[in-house]
Amino acid sequence: MIQLILKRVALGVLTLLLVSALIFAGTQLLPGDVASAILGQNATPQSLAALRQDLGLDLPAWQRYLGWLHGFVTGDLGMSLANRQPVADLLWPRFGNTMALAAYAAIVSVPIAVLLGLAAAVRRGGVFDRGINIVALAFVSLPEYFLGLLLILFLSVQFNLLPSLADTYAGMSFPDWLRATTLPALTLVLVTVAQMMRMTRTAVLSVMDQAYVETAFLKGLRTKRVVLRHALPNAAAPIVNVVAFNIAYLITGVVLVEAIFNYNGLGRFMVDAVAKRDLPLVQAAAMVFGAAYVILNSIADIAAIALNPRLRHPR
Amino acid sequence: MTSKLKAIPVSAWLGLTIVTLNLLVFLLGPMLAPYGMNEIVGAPFDPPSSQFWFGLDQNGRDMFSRLLAGAQMSIGVSLAASLISFSIGIPLGFVAALFGGWVDTVLSRIVDTVMCIPVLISALVVLQALGSSVPVLIFTIALLDSTRVFRLARVVAQGISVLEYAETARLRGESMGWLITREILPNALPPLIAEFGMRFCFTFLFVAGLSFLGLGIQPPFADWGGMVKDNQQAILYGLYAPLFPAAAIALLTIGVNLVVDWLLNAAGTTQGADR
Repeated sequence: MIQLILKRVALGVLTLLLVSALIFAGTQLLPGDVASAILGQNATPQSLAALRQDLGLDLPAWQRYLGWLHGFVTGDLGMSLANRQPVADLLWPRFGNTMALAAYAAIVSVPIAVLLGLAAAVRRGGVFDRGINIVALAFVSLPEYFLGLLLILFLSVQFNLLPSLADTYAGMSFPDWLRATTLPALTLVLVTVAQMMRMTRTAVLSVMDQAYVETAFLKGLRTKRVVLRHALPNAAAPIVNVVAFNIAYLITGVVLVEAIFNYNGLGRFMVDAVAKRDLPLVQAAAMVFGAAYVILNSIADIAAIALNPRLRHPR
Repeated sequence: MTSKLKAIPVSAWLGLTIVTLNLLVFLLGPMLAPYGMNEIVGAPFDPPSSQFWFGLDQNGRDMFSRLLAGAQMSIGVSLAASLISFSIGIPLGFVAALFGGWVDTVLSRIVDTVMCIPVLISALVVLQALGSSVPVLIFTIALLDSTRVFRLARVVAQGISVLEYAETARLRGESMGWLITREILPNALPPLIAEFGMRFCFTFLFVAGLSFLGLGIQPPFADWGGMVKDNQQAILYGLYAPLFPAAAIALLTIGVNLVVDWLLNAAGTTQGADR
């Protein structure tokens, strides 16, 4: 088992390298280069050449890639083109905000979704199962901004329960922070619970269909015991994957939600940077999002290996 | 035939109706619109009335006319992207499955790596480099989405190519082109059609989402995601203006999902649409 986990970690590191190369290649699609983008109309051949040398643009692409990668690993993310500030100072606080919001949503949605999915799978074909499936299908189809706007309309405009803008600042007290971020978190919860519940139900059903579960039922065991003691241990690994898939989704779904509620997170930050065509910011934000995604998926796979009874007790 | 029609569940009928109506609006939209999409007909945010069914937008333009005209961009761009993504993904997937070996390995590794990055993040990187325009949007989304199509097409073709009739055709000495068009494609169609519905949903929500972020379809063209963004502030005054385009987006997505659900159930799988 240890060997399998080490293999998975190595694969994760390799994936991160490939992802960084792809993101770097993507940012090189621009016709012309950063130097002419900065100088714009005022460019003279001399100033262009000077700036290119200054930024290291006269080096071949692979050398610039290695330089960028080295900077990234050592914490130097470069300078923003728009305001000449270090990217790292701008990026990490916002990344913290985004992770806090995603964590808030995940803590609420994961238990609810897994319980609902289990309940629906156990009562397959029943009124509860069919009802909750229709509701989930509707929620999966609704875009984040539709739900977000409805929540603002009802909870903040009509009943004035929660603020419509997720204004947060450093040194905010925890209750204040919760109050400010509940609407965006709730939007994320509604979208992910539906998705996660459907996938959990499918994962549990595929275990419930196996012969050994039927045997347990035929032995006369109670439903509760069959589900919790016989089916669940084997469904745990697929459920962990479902949860990881949705937490990974949260990390990007948060981009839209941050725009709706004007939340000061990495998603909104990256969108603004794309609009301003601020290359170092976009590159760094994309790499952070990509890394978070790859790391989460690796953790999920490792957890699934650790949860697999056949791997945990090798013969 | 009538018994077949009766076997279609109510939810699928509802989905088919929604999809048909949207297609009609997509094809005829601007002709049906009572006002021009950029024509100013009153004061900003005038509420719905018998003359202006959905009220006016932030610039005093008729919301209903803009919804009808916006279908062209919102549906058109995502439809084009899905079609291109399928015409890239399916042939490559089939070729990877039938040739196997290094062709399969190289294609699969490239696809795996692209799929390691969230689609939205990859799209933002490309849009940063190339700027947002309709062709860039269509091709970026099509290329990114074709990775998903490739995976499905490859698995489906692998499943079919080991079946007896495909084996027989190969032993008969049929060419690769014959194998793909006459043996694999007809039998791979049902799952691929359901997948087309899902991929269309995804690209449609994706284009609308990018426009909502201000990075998708640019003015002067009307589109539903951009309309939500432009009218977003009105919700703070209790006005419904941004809800109309948002609801139009939601309605079409639900409609397609209902049809896809029915197709998948008919094909005997329990997998739902995923994002």
